[in-house]
Amino acid sequence: MSVENEMKLEFDSRSCNEGFARVAVAAFLTQMNPTLEEVADVKTALSEAVTNAIIHGYEGKVNKITILCHIRQQTIEIEVMDQGVGIQNVEEAMEPLFTTKSDCERAGMGFSFMEAFMDSLQVQSEPGKGTCVKMTKKILRTENKYER
Amino acid sequence: MGNNFKVTGTSLTIYLPAEVDHHNAEALKNDADRLIQNQNIRCIIFDFAQTNFMDSSGIGMIMGRYKNLRFMGGNVIAIRVNERIRRILTMSGIYKVIDIYEDIPQQSKLL
Repeated sequence: MSVENEMKLEFDSRSCNEGFARVAVAAFLTQMNPTLEEVADVKTALSEAVTNAIIHGYEGKVNKITILCHIRQQTIEIEVMDQGVGIQNVEEAMEPLFTTKSDCERAGMGFSFMEAFMDSLQVQSEPGKGTCVKMTKKILRTENKYER
Repeated sequence: MGNNFKVTGTSLTIYLPAEVDHHNAEALKNDADRLIQNQNIRCIIFDFAQTNFMDSSGIGMIMGRYKNLRFMGGNVIAIRVNERIRRILTMSGIYKVIDIYEDIPQQSKLL
């Protein structure tokens, strides 16, 4: 049973696209026959990553966000990429409650939520070049919905 | 706005939408803050009955309102929270400062 599938999504960094991105990734995920909780976990983590790209990466300016989803066996790998300002200190940015935008009432919990809801989280960033957030999650249900 | 808010005395009930993300939270924030200022609000009730999704932007929005109201001696509660939202509220630590109720507490002076 070889299960491999991929999709790529590119959209403007407008906040109204956050909901679209969540639904699109959740729809792609359904072929893995996830539980409702697994879907909610992935949606929350994705929402954090996309919101980060919009608020921090592009600082409200409209540019492109790319999402790359890859299913390998029972694991979904999601990459959220922007070509925004990048992160000066990734380690510091990933600290719970750390935020550079406390005046905008950001909770500083984006990366903490991603870590909590996914199995792994990697952040690559270069100031001035952009950021790539890569997350994976194993979907525990074994039966595949569409293919065999 | 309109249907999303109800003012009773100095209490403001905010009926949260199905999804509380960065996009929806921004709009809610502006409308709520205008009401809080103009109507001398002392208590905010976040009603999650319709809500099945919230991320950290929602936490930021609640925290912000909480800070503003606490400063004036006010109170903030959350009601009709489902399992998912309860988990988000718990994980964020915000449950330590705002109380979660099944429904509007009848015996209280909130309404």
